[in-house]
Amino acid sequence: MKDIDYAAPKTIAEACAILQEKGDKARCLAGGTDIIVQVREHRRDIDVLVDIKHIPQVNALNYDPGKGLTIGAAVPCYRIYEHKEIAKAYPGLIDAAALIGGIQIQSRASLGGNLCNASPAGDTIPPLIALEAICVIVGAGGMREVPVEKFCTAPGKTVLGRGEMLVQLKLPPPKPRSGAAYLRFIPRNEMDIAVAGAGVSVVLDEKKEKCIAARVALAAVAPTPLLVQEAGAALVDGALGDALIDKAASLAQAAAKPISDMRGTAEYRKHLVGILVKRALTIAIQRARAG
Amino acid sequence: MSKKIHVTTSINGKETEFLCEPRQSLLEVLRDVLMLTGAKEGCNNGNCGACNVLLDGRLVNSCLVMGAEAQGCKVQTIEGIATPQGLHPLQQTFLEGAALQCGICTPGFIVAAKAMLDQNPKPTEHQVRHFLAGNLCRCTGYDKIVRAVLEAAALTNK
Repeated sequence: MKDIDYAAPKTIAEACAILQEKGDKARCLAGGTDIIVQVREHRRDIDVLVDIKHIPQVNALNYDPGKGLTIGAAVPCYRIYEHKEIAKAYPGLIDAAALIGGIQIQSRASLGGNLCNASPAGDTIPPLIALEAICVIVGAGGMREVPVEKFCTAPGKTVLGRGEMLVQLKLPPPKPRSGAAYLRFIPRNEMDIAVAGAGVSVVLDEKKEKCIAARVALAAVAPTPLLVQEAGAALVDGALGDALIDKAASLAQAAAKPISDMRGTAEYRKHLVGILVKRALTIAIQRARAG
Repeated sequence: MSKKIHVTTSINGKETEFLCEPRQSLLEVLRDVLMLTGAKEGCNNGNCGACNVLLDGRLVNSCLVMGAEAQGCKVQTIEGIATPQGLHPLQQTFLEGAALQCGICTPGFIVAAKAMLDQNPKPTEHQVRHFLAGNLCRCTGYDKIVRAVLEAAALTNK
């Protein structure tokens, strides 16, 4: 790896000061599973890695059934899926946290890092969008909040400005009779990057026969992870069944703007979106009915 | 060149200090500074698992950890797995079952398999294959490795 510096600030203010001074030449280090490889392989030219794991707020993981879930930007995947209450309350998020990379990657990789890496194929991003997660960003100008679906702006690019860092993700408490799920397609069983992915959430009415709210988000079929509002809206109020789910799936397919690359052709990805959205909705509805 | 960083850590139970360049990974520190060459560099990008070590008890790819990050941490490497009394059951069953050919992936597989057996002493074959998905072998294939892990589990549970 090229010669770089390593900083380990203990406060958000110290970290932001380094990020402000160095701009694009500084990058936060959480689990390192993307950034270390990018620097080593000359895909990101930086002068300093800012290890944020000595900052208490980015390591926080708190769940309160009344207030919801707070995930520090550097909390590794395993802490989320090994937390029994969180795993029970947010199974749609666990679907993604437990399938990223292998066990070794899950020991280090964080949801905050997955977001800041801003890959269109980031597995944890669609379920975060489906679950209405909010990014808490801090910089010299103070604190601001951005919904996850607005955080990534292009492949590898985010809304973070000079001197700003992602500190936490906030998820609202699960609503009564709600369910979520994330599914992706890869050609092997483990350890691969999504050819396409779908994260969905539903909230059912009291009889559990209709949706009163739904969100559908996609991975790897556009320059950024995508919230397909019209697919979610199509599920609301109609009688839940194959016809309605098919309609939402075709709207998701219509919104997908995939490219062809070594992982799959655009046509194949469109096909996969339809299948994945249907299957993910079926699981989310089952979870909502069981809950 | 950037100033070297002084790091205090525990490696295989032994208090250890080292100086590392900020750009060095934990794997590079282990191999090039501390001369612990058991962990191997395979892909150097987190795919192959040949560099696996435990960092504060969690299985990690040491090529994806910076050396400076080890400050205050406990590191366990393949070198710490056998005891003066003899080989670990996993090392024994890998040898007996010829679960290796070139041997580059073996330290990683054994460190990973030990991490699994420590938390799940009686894994199914499916669980072994799932847990070891982040470890690649390019010569012998996985059947002998999976069998050796299951045999080590059976030996330990006797």
